[in-house]
Amino acid sequence: MKRWTKAVAVFLAVTVTAACGAGGRPEGEQKGSTVGVTDTTIKIGAHFPLTGVAAPGYSEIPSGHQAYYDYVNANGGVHGRKIEFVVKDDGYNPTTTSAVTNELVLKEEIFAMVGGLGTPTHSAVVDFLNNSKVPDLFVSSGSLRWGDDPKKAPFTFGWQPDYEIEGKIIGDWVRKNLPNAKVGLFLQDDDFGRDGEKGARRYLGQQIVEVAKYSPGNTDIAPQIAKLKAAGVDLVLGFTVPSYTALSQLASLKIGFKPKWFYSNVGSDPALVGSLLARFSEGKVTNGASLIDGVVTTEYLPGVDAPDHAWTKLWQNVWKAHGKGGDLTNYRIYGMAQAYTFVQALRAAGKDLTRERIVEVLQQSGKSFEGPGLAPFRYSADGHLGISGMSVVELKGGAGKDLTPVLVTDLGDAPIEANDSAANDAPPPDGIPGS
Amino acid sequence: MLRRHLPIALAALVVVVLVLENSGPFLTAQFTTMAYLAIAAGGLTVLTGLNGQLSLGHGALMAVGAYSTALLLRSDALPLLVILLLAMVITLVVGALVGVAAARLHGPYLAGATLALAVAVPGIPLFFGEALGGEQGLPVRMPEIPAWLADAAYFVTGQDLTSIRYLAYLSWFAVIAVFVLLANLSRGRVGRDWRAVRDEDVAAELAGIDLGHTRVRAFVVSAGCAGLAGALMALSARLAAPSGFALTLSLLLVSAVVLGGLGSLTGALAGAALLTFLPPLVTGAGTDLGLSDVQAAHLAPLIYGLVTVLIVLLAPAGLAGGLRKLIHWRRSS
Repeated sequence: MKRWTKAVAVFLAVTVTAACGAGGRPEGEQKGSTVGVTDTTIKIGAHFPLTGVAAPGYSEIPSGHQAYYDYVNANGGVHGRKIEFVVKDDGYNPTTTSAVTNELVLKEEIFAMVGGLGTPTHSAVVDFLNNSKVPDLFVSSGSLRWGDDPKKAPFTFGWQPDYEIEGKIIGDWVRKNLPNAKVGLFLQDDDFGRDGEKGARRYLGQQIVEVAKYSPGNTDIAPQIAKLKAAGVDLVLGFTVPSYTALSQLASLKIGFKPKWFYSNVGSDPALVGSLLARFSEGKVTNGASLIDGVVTTEYLPGVDAPDHAWTKLWQNVWKAHGKGGDLTNYRIYGMAQAYTFVQALRAAGKDLTRERIVEVLQQSGKSFEGPGLAPFRYSADGHLGISGMSVVELKGGAGKDLTPVLVTDLGDAPIEANDSAANDAPPPDGIPGS
Repeated sequence: MLRRHLPIALAALVVVVLVLENSGPFLTAQFTTMAYLAIAAGGLTVLTGLNGQLSLGHGALMAVGAYSTALLLRSDALPLLVILLLAMVITLVVGALVGVAAARLHGPYLAGATLALAVAVPGIPLFFGEALGGEQGLPVRMPEIPAWLADAAYFVTGQDLTSIRYLAYLSWFAVIAVFVLLANLSRGRVGRDWRAVRDEDVAAELAGIDLGHTRVRAFVVSAGCAGLAGALMALSARLAAPSGFALTLSLLLVSAVVLGGLGSLTGALAGAALLTFLPPLVTGAGTDLGLSDVQAAHLAPLIYGLVTVLIVLLAPAGLAGGLRKLIHWRRSS
């Protein structure tokens, strides 16, 4: 035993001595980080729920990204560089998001995260990404924390309209068009519901008679729906994800609650909600898409329901040439549209690409980027939030029918104005943004 | 006893330093994951393997440790080590309360009661959303590395001590400390009592062992480990959120203990390694084989299940037991 101890001690001493003697730290500063960028490639990545409860719909977004990058790569890439896109599954579990983001940043050494999905999930990694100075672009969520305070998260940028302006636009529309409605809110109990409620209350303070919240994961929402019914609500504003849109429809069918429904953009994809309705009701509901006929919602991207739209045509061509199985869906379009904005930013950043450079470019000229979004971006040095507005639409036979022009606004008491300036942006002929 | 385990601990220390100094940042982060799983599995293997109490609620105890850490870290007043110890003590107290109830239960009833704990605890932060962050959880910020430590580490190793490596060291030093303590406990009188109660409680009682006390003691020790593991997990994930402590975590811990070998600390380490390294390995292999991302993501749970079936079939005593058998067989032939 004693010899054992001695051997270990000697070994320890030798190792420590051998490793000693580093002295002072080397000096010197680099101009910008080029991690993930070579002369011929740019490596980016993101976390998405490919498995688990949030996977339906959302797992299609990265396939849209991939198809568009393949399309750009087949046309020569950006400044001669091909885009590599690494997708990691986090199962919509924030703890896993943290682990896979470690993998993306530390092992894959991505240049930037593009499109990481989810409010609770991405919240877990936003500090890490910013501390590591990794550009965190176009988070797939409308929480305010992706851009209302760039000092706190200088490398993070939102993309879709945030939930507060969506709440404002919804609230304003309801006050003008349904002034006598008794409004009930059905909210997801996190930033999504909170920010949406904040926006809607600005206009509907008097009209809201009841608020019910659900926690994602708990699928029994009958009590909440019964509460709304008991309060005599005749218009429900739902800030829900697609599965809870379907669940709320089923729960109200069961108790014979027939209000008018207004769902936020996130939870209103007719194709997905229709298929979820069929699945959750175990086949009892077969006309899922028609069940949500007459539902009012919002729209900020032309989708599959507008097959003649120039942007939809572009996405169809891209998907036909580079899609890997399945039909083009609104989620794939969402992914392609994000990818389009990223390519646009890369073009604008020029040949000498660094992490700092792309942030600078987005702050300087992101506002003027033309793209598929119906409303312009808001990017500036003081704000990193994305698209500035949306239009209110009514679902008819699985397609959205415009009820308003594009409405544009900002946080707080910024006014809501009709603004079609970005709605008529046409895609470039080759489908790749110019610089 | 300490003389028996101390040299092993010292050797382990050297191995830890050598391995961590030569690992890339991602591997280092994975080692941290392995470390906190090993601590939790170590505590559980003592409870289940040595004392015969099956707990399906250790994930919930880890949550207690994690949330304690997140709340304590909000003020900069306390040094990290103190916070870790406090998180451990708080979980210990919770464990004692649960343990008192658990000591009256046997087999499936105990499993059921701890299962209820695993289901109920993640609901607490949802209910107290204001204070505990609800579904999104509480962010956990890794405190700054003390300047003297950073300088000392730089002097010795020649590279800057990143916060990732700092946490990895902290976690592995914790593993070593916890395992030495557990090994000592299980070899001494306490451990003999645990085993006696597990094997034949009537005989143990006749021999003058207080069944209740012994069971509670085992549960408390095990809960303390879970608390420390939870604290390290929160630091490593930079977050304490209910979804991180779902029922699956508790079940994965049990499966790690069973795969590694019930009652064996080496087994706990092996099980933790399996939990940490197998899924990314499988997903990576799947992607390399040309599977789509979605298919590759579904591959990991499948392979984990198959590995579990294989180990249970081929090495019923777990990885550690199988290895021991192999060595014996070699020696005797």
